[in-house]
Amino acid sequence: MKEAAVKRIAAHVADKSMIAPGIYSMVLSCEIGSRALPGQFVLVYPRDGSHLLGRPICIADADDDSIRIVFRAAGSGTKDIAETGIGDRLFVEGPLGRGYPVSDEITGGRSIVLLGGGIGAPSLLFLAKSLRRQDPGADILAVLGYRDSSMKHFLYEDIKDTGADALIATDDGSEGIGGNVIDALKTTDRRADVIYACGPMPMLSAVKKYAKETGAKAYISLEEHMACGVGVCLGCVVKTLKKDGHSMVNNARICTEGPVFDAEDVDI
Amino acid sequence: MADLSVEFAGLRFKNPVTVASGTFGSGMEYEKMVDLNRLGAITTKGVSAVPWEGNPTPRVTETPSGMMNAIGLQNPGLDVFMERDLGFLSGYDVPVIVNVCGHSMEEYEEVVERLSDDDRVAMLEINVSCPNVSKGAIQFGTDAGMLGEVTKRCKLKAGSKPVIMKLTPNVTSIADMARAAEDGGADGISLINTFTAMKIDIYRKRFVLANRTGGLSGPAIHPIAVRMVYEVSHAVGIPVIGMGGIASFEDAIELMMAGATMVAVGMINFARPDATMRVIDGIEDYLVKMGIDSVRDITGIV
Repeated sequence: MKEAAVKRIAAHVADKSMIAPGIYSMVLSCEIGSRALPGQFVLVYPRDGSHLLGRPICIADADDDSIRIVFRAAGSGTKDIAETGIGDRLFVEGPLGRGYPVSDEITGGRSIVLLGGGIGAPSLLFLAKSLRRQDPGADILAVLGYRDSSMKHFLYEDIKDTGADALIATDDGSEGIGGNVIDALKTTDRRADVIYACGPMPMLSAVKKYAKETGAKAYISLEEHMACGVGVCLGCVVKTLKKDGHSMVNNARICTEGPVFDAEDVDI
Repeated sequence: MADLSVEFAGLRFKNPVTVASGTFGSGMEYEKMVDLNRLGAITTKGVSAVPWEGNPTPRVTETPSGMMNAIGLQNPGLDVFMERDLGFLSGYDVPVIVNVCGHSMEEYEEVVERLSDDDRVAMLEINVSCPNVSKGAIQFGTDAGMLGEVTKRCKLKAGSKPVIMKLTPNVTSIADMARAAEDGGADGISLINTFTAMKIDIYRKRFVLANRTGGLSGPAIHPIAVRMVYEVSHAVGIPVIGMGGIASFEDAIELMMAGATMVAVGMINFARPDATMRVIDGIEDYLVKMGIDSVRDITGIV
């Protein structure tokens, strides 16, 4: 058999903690980290045998021999993953998908804004770190939106620690700036040349609109139900403005052509 | 070493294991994880005369020991399929079964006719069983008269290519449908496609899939597939490709003992892309262990 490009491997849970209600951070020992790029994801397989499909979870951080994932225990599959103990084994496949484009051509000398809504924050941590490594002087502002203060502004400190400026917004105003991430961005005098965003679909639609109005370049990371994670099942598509080169219709596969898209290319 | 080769509709296959249409694309995404040349055949995702957009999302959701899908037969259309997908597969030494879909009799006929003299195609599988498109597909597979008619018309356009009718389990008597296909001139039957199912998100108080209903597949349906393959193989004289929830070699052998000449590995490909390889190895080990010379000896043994 040919060398497997992507296959599921066993990873040990090196660390685990609940960092906000229902939000888990987990460090998995595996070599996936050495190949991972910001914005890419892994499929994590629940241990319970009645759950057959991997759960797509973005990579929140990576080094040569581990990855960090931060995810919401939403259904029985992600709850099963969250219950895995330190030292126990999980099967993981990845890294998958196309991450955030971060070439110097895109970011060099420009004002970079990261917008994270809720469980959209994790991929931005890995991104903030990479952008900082790429250019120690990069001008980065992260705006992180949460439902309310009970979410304990998870990952805010981590992102701030990368050297980025960071702001908190909450829907109910119970912490930071009241409103969504774009409302919060508008309270600053920061011009956004390049926006990287991950969050719920209504937020991403608003980001697309905001970028168009202000002339910013926006890259958005999308989420959708998936089965295979590698482009076979056609479960996780997004409507595209132009005909997609693979599907030959106005649908692109989020797992393969994404999850990160140029906001101008998708019809959301 | 046991003999894994089988004969189906006059053709010889190196082993009885193919993949279920729609669970393997055309093999492009899995070529690095699976040795495509080891497959008995590759069955490609349904292709129509022109590109189809498919359904809105969410299109898939997991269910206990299975999943539901309502992709809606999104496909790039026959032109791109023939050039790109069949071009890709011609680089491999594996017979290709092309799954054909259409909204109307004429669309089925058009696709069948254009593939009828293509040397890269071994057999045609006619999808009259997809539950997720509003026009065509399953409408042709749930009415015995229509099924017989579409079979007849596809056969007329297929030249020398064997025509297999893929049946839906969403009928009162699948044996009646199999007989209608046989009477229409089908060279083989494949079954089962997915069960029409529904899942509701009780917290959002709405359907999980945008299409409301979706097709249930995976290990959860395997025992029903075994029963239906048994019924169909006793109702008709033409050979059967058995599928429905195969996750292991044991599941594949069950379907063969129930009457299938070949088997197709489906939904489990999404979770374990190398599942087909393990099924092939497992069948061979089983035959050796049980002292059975040929896999052909187990078809319909019960």
